[in-house]
Amino acid sequence: MGERALFTYTLRLADNALVLGHRLSEWCGHAPVLEEDLALANLGLDLIGQARAFYAYAGEIEGRGRDEDALAYLRDAREYRNILLLEQPNGDFAATMVRQLIYAAFAHPYFETLTGSRDSTLAAIAAKGAKELAYHVRHSSEWVIRLGDGTAESHRRAQDALDELWPYAGEMFEVDDIERELIAAQVAVDPQTVRPAWQRTMDAVIGEATLTLPCPGWMQTGGRIGHHSEHLGHILSELQFLQRAYPGAVW
Amino acid sequence: MSENWPLFEVFIRTRNGMAHRHVGSVHAVDAKMALQNARDVYTRRGEGLSIWVLPSAAITASDPADKDMLFEPTATKIYRHPTFYDIPDEVGHM
Repeated sequence: MGERALFTYTLRLADNALVLGHRLSEWCGHAPVLEEDLALANLGLDLIGQARAFYAYAGEIEGRGRDEDALAYLRDAREYRNILLLEQPNGDFAATMVRQLIYAAFAHPYFETLTGSRDSTLAAIAAKGAKELAYHVRHSSEWVIRLGDGTAESHRRAQDALDELWPYAGEMFEVDDIERELIAAQVAVDPQTVRPAWQRTMDAVIGEATLTLPCPGWMQTGGRIGHHSEHLGHILSELQFLQRAYPGAVW
Repeated sequence: MSENWPLFEVFIRTRNGMAHRHVGSVHAVDAKMALQNARDVYTRRGEGLSIWVLPSAAITASDPADKDMLFEPTATKIYRHPTFYDIPDEVGHM
């Protein structure tokens, strides 16, 4: 049971990173300016690097010979364990930045706490990722502030994005039996412990951006147990196309 | 979009003890974002320890038409190059 829980936990971390990383990669060549095109690709590559490390470790824990590629390219949507927020479409630039802020403001303190995990591999991956995520917070904050406190149109778009994505924020703080076991063993992080840090960042940035945080209300759920929105299937059809069409293809 | 954004010149210091060197330019809405853009565009392969950005408009440049007046006269003053001295071997690398 312990191995199984650790596998699922690691897979959730990996899937979060891969799905958001893939979403950011979709901006490549489409960003509003060259500088931002590179910035988004950089953020995406940070996340895909994190995903690779988590997948490699998950495959090792599972011990059935699945490597990072098998886990990324050969699982169906129902086997993916990422939170729904991260599979939401890029929308406009404001939506992409708001999604990045909501996640990074959570993931940064989460990874920092995970560096204290009793699992030394998770701690090591988290240590590398925390530095990357600190920059994701910086970059997305600065944009959300400028969009919110910018023109009437950029303000409206940023507020629309916040209202649209807000119901997906709750899933970040869910804990189930699998994680309770690992939290008790001081392997996993209890997401509730990083909630104050997340809230502080959100309040500060959204306040400076002259935007309004939606009221806490009903929250979306399901991604972490494989119940996804229709968007994930479309992501995977692109992400997995090559390995599905040409099994075992290599560079 | 970017044509409305001011241009910033980017200077990067690659190692401690070295000077910041001009590496190129970025468009950005303001100096803070210019710094981020410079980080994202010019330090992707571990080039940087420190970044400076400054508005390109703040640079006062020499006029290319003045080139003869400004630079040509030095061409005949080879005695300004320190190449007329024999440096003793013991001095080593200067």
